[in-house]
Amino acid sequence: MSDPVSALNNAHYGAGIAEVSELGAVGMITLRGDINTRGVQKGAVDVAGVKMPAPLHCVTDGSAGIAWMSPDELLIMCNYADVAKKLETLRGKTAKVHALAVNVSDARAVFELRGPHAREVLAKVAPVDLARDQFKSGMFRRTRIAQVPAAFWMPEEDVIRMVCFRSVAQYVFDVLSVASQPGSEVGYI
Amino acid sequence: MLIVSCPNCGITAEETEFHAHGEAHITRHAVGSSDDQMETYLFMRKNPKGVHFERWRHQYGCGKWFHMARCTMTLEVFGTYSAQTYSPPDDLLARIDARRPGWREAT
Ligand SMILES: [Zn+2]
Repeated sequence: MSDPVSALNNAHYGAGIAEVSELGAVGMITLRGDINTRGVQKGAVDVAGVKMPAPLHCVTDGSAGIAWMSPDELLIMCNYADVAKKLETLRGKTAKVHALAVNVSDARAVFELRGPHAREVLAKVAPVDLARDQFKSGMFRRTRIAQVPAAFWMPEEDVIRMVCFRSVAQYVFDVLSVASQPGSEVGYI
Repeated sequence: MLIVSCPNCGITAEETEFHAHGEAHITRHAVGSSDDQMETYLFMRKNPKGVHFERWRHQYGCGKWFHMARCTMTLEVFGTYSAQTYSPPDDLLARIDARRPGWREAT
């Protein structure tokens, strides 16, 4: 089997006020259906290995995770190598309910912003209140990064993970790098 | 700038996370309609100074459609409501009545 190649091959920018990294190939499965039903939830939870998130939240544990994308969509995250097997299991588990599961790993790019200024860098490019008492670890927010759609969450304080479409990976990396250029601290958040 | 609350996912955000898609509650004249009705459906739109009902979509968020009532003059948002309806809900109309007495006659 050929090696998976992510959009930016682990590109990294470490000279600014926050570290910007592309995280390489990440396994992602989109699950659409009535996510309030037991059948869909059970399939997602069994395959992901984490609990069901509340609306607008995500539950992550290392590379495993479930994110609440919309009232009828979940994003299941896992190791890239495990996607095919998990997808097959998930399709089996949701065979009797009205649901659709698709491997979207290669359609996405994943980034990490790290450091005490990570919130500040993100706040420059997303229309979201990133104050410490507003956006908290465990929340999952779909929004835009500058001009393109993206979603992000905080696995821990000062660490932001972000998903975007693969086709705009270079744009997002460039935007985050510019927003974290040296000396660009705002000092507000 | 409009501050919009999406009734589908519950997020409140500023308008750039959303996209406006024009006047709401338009009758879709189709097969069997007259030329005048078809023209009305395709081209005739209100352009009120004041209370207006529109279709919006949470473009960068949950991706769902919804309706919004707002004032085109002050940009006040009176409320948002489900896309699965032919008319605004009564409680929203009552709220608009309180905020803009006489608006129904003006429209
Ligand atoms: Zn929404």
